[in-house]
Amino acid sequence: MGSYLLRRAAGFVFVLFGLAVVIFVIARIVPGDPARIALGPLATHEQVLQLRTEMGLDQPAIIQFATYISGVVRGEFGKSLLTNRQVSRDLAEALPATLELVLLTLILMTCVAMPLGMLAARRHNSAIDNISRLVSLLGVVTPGFVVAILLQLLAAETGRFLPITGRLSPDMSFSADITHLLVVDALLRGRLDVAGDAVLHLILPALALSTAGIGQVMRITRSAMLDIARREHVDTLRSFGVPGHVIALKYMLRLASVAPLTILGLEFASLIGNAFVVELVFSWPGIASYGVRAILSKDFNAVMGVVLVSGLFFVVANLLIDMLVGVLDPRLRRRA
Amino acid sequence: MITNRQRALRRLRHNPIAVIGGLMVISVILAAIFAPFVAPFPSHAGAVVDFRHRHAPPDALHWMGTDNVGRDILSRVIFGYRVSLTLVAGVLGVAMPFGVILGMAAGYFRGRTEFIIMRLTDIMLAMPPLVMALAITAILTPDLGNAMIAITALWWTWHCRLIYRVTSAIVTEDFIEAARLSGASHTHILLREILPNCMAAISVKTTLDAGFVILFGATLSFLGLGVQPPTPDLGTMVSTGAQFLPDQWWEAVMPGLGVLYAILGFNLLGDGLRDMLDVEIG
Repeated sequence: MGSYLLRRAAGFVFVLFGLAVVIFVIARIVPGDPARIALGPLATHEQVLQLRTEMGLDQPAIIQFATYISGVVRGEFGKSLLTNRQVSRDLAEALPATLELVLLTLILMTCVAMPLGMLAARRHNSAIDNISRLVSLLGVVTPGFVVAILLQLLAAETGRFLPITGRLSPDMSFSADITHLLVVDALLRGRLDVAGDAVLHLILPALALSTAGIGQVMRITRSAMLDIARREHVDTLRSFGVPGHVIALKYMLRLASVAPLTILGLEFASLIGNAFVVELVFSWPGIASYGVRAILSKDFNAVMGVVLVSGLFFVVANLLIDMLVGVLDPRLRRRA
Repeated sequence: MITNRQRALRRLRHNPIAVIGGLMVISVILAAIFAPFVAPFPSHAGAVVDFRHRHAPPDALHWMGTDNVGRDILSRVIFGYRVSLTLVAGVLGVAMPFGVILGMAAGYFRGRTEFIIMRLTDIMLAMPPLVMALAITAILTPDLGNAMIAITALWWTWHCRLIYRVTSAIVTEDFIEAARLSGASHTHILLREILPNCMAAISVKTTLDAGFVILFGATLSFLGLGVQPPTPDLGTMVSTGAQFLPDQWWEAVMPGLGVLYAILGFNLLGDGLRDMLDVEIG
């Protein structure tokens, strides 16, 4: 397990470095002067020159690259032109909101999709199976923004029982300063009213974000369970008279969860992408809405920060999943 | 004797879902091509303003209702398909051949070629595609051409990895060795021996991808980074319409269903093709 982890970690550093290089190259091949674009057409020549020096754009490319990489390693991306603060500080403030949303989404995905997938596999070709296939197909093909908008409509129809913007009602005041996750901190401080309000705010965005993943994970769990049901050791267990649900939960689930977990890792890419849409629609104050604002106002340092953080998110999630899969299925450790 | 084609057609007939998907795709393509003749109000594709009929709910005249300046939404959805399909053709027309060539080269030549191409692909695949596309379009000016460039720059990797896998699986087969022994050139082996064996995977992947490129493009323009008004684009229409929720729900929901219809069509057809040609593209 040790050398397996080491190899994974080396690949991880390599990929992150590559990501940083690609982003640097993209940012430098831009036609036009980033300082001029940032200041707009009305700025004087002197102002542009000053910003160029401030941003280090007057240095040779190799120096710029070195400064950039050493900054990235320390987690410094420079100043945001939009908020006029360090990008790292903006990101640190926005990250917990996104993290909270993504965590609940992952919980929803695994807790809804895997049991449904197992159920569909056990009642193979039944009405439940067909409905779950239809649902998973719709989940995969419906664009994230359509889901988000339909959920908003639904919320309006149900008399706004579920709030559709922000993380907390405006009349609630609470500062999450332990883990920075609102629900967790509110529970730790014993503020049940805040925790409840925060959960209500989370439900719709998390539902919108999890639709696509639920479809995928359900589909994969179903086919993995069906595949494993045909194995010889399952036949043996069955011939010994072990009850079906015991076989499914105790012997098949462990192997069958490898495939959906791997898919979950890949799903993370579209999840991060969809987060941009969902956060925008639900005015969720996370990294993605910060990213959209940064992109629309051509705030390069902020854009780079957001892209690198989302890349890091994706790579770390996949590393964790690989480790988990290695624990679940020891054969994969040797092969990888 | 049953030929492969007959077997494929027979499977197609037993797969009504694929047929439905195919019909949906054909309807989208035909509507896009003949948009000026099919759309009930062809002039509404442009910057037309008709304030008397603004925010009209769906009825017999305007099947999908009208938008905030009184334009027929159905007409704009039909013209929107033109933008979506242009994007698909532009992205897949470049990304697919590019990825296929690199994937075949990596799987066939092995060694350093394989290392460089596949590590590059790994790095590209490690980036969340939408985020990268957002960054690229943000740095360039947001329009259809740049959205196309941004999506293409990321999309080839998927084709590359798929074709690499197919190629590495068949490169050790006897018929490749036989071709090499009888003095065939690399070009001949790649194009005449390997490529035909990749066609099934390529066609399934391309069909499924067409839907996802539409989804991707619509998401970009929903975020304000794709096609700019007044060109009718499905994503832009949804984001504009969303301002009038929940009372004028049709202005966001109808174009949204329009995107959904196109993506669903390509997806059903692609899934059907996959069963028919019996390829694994995971």
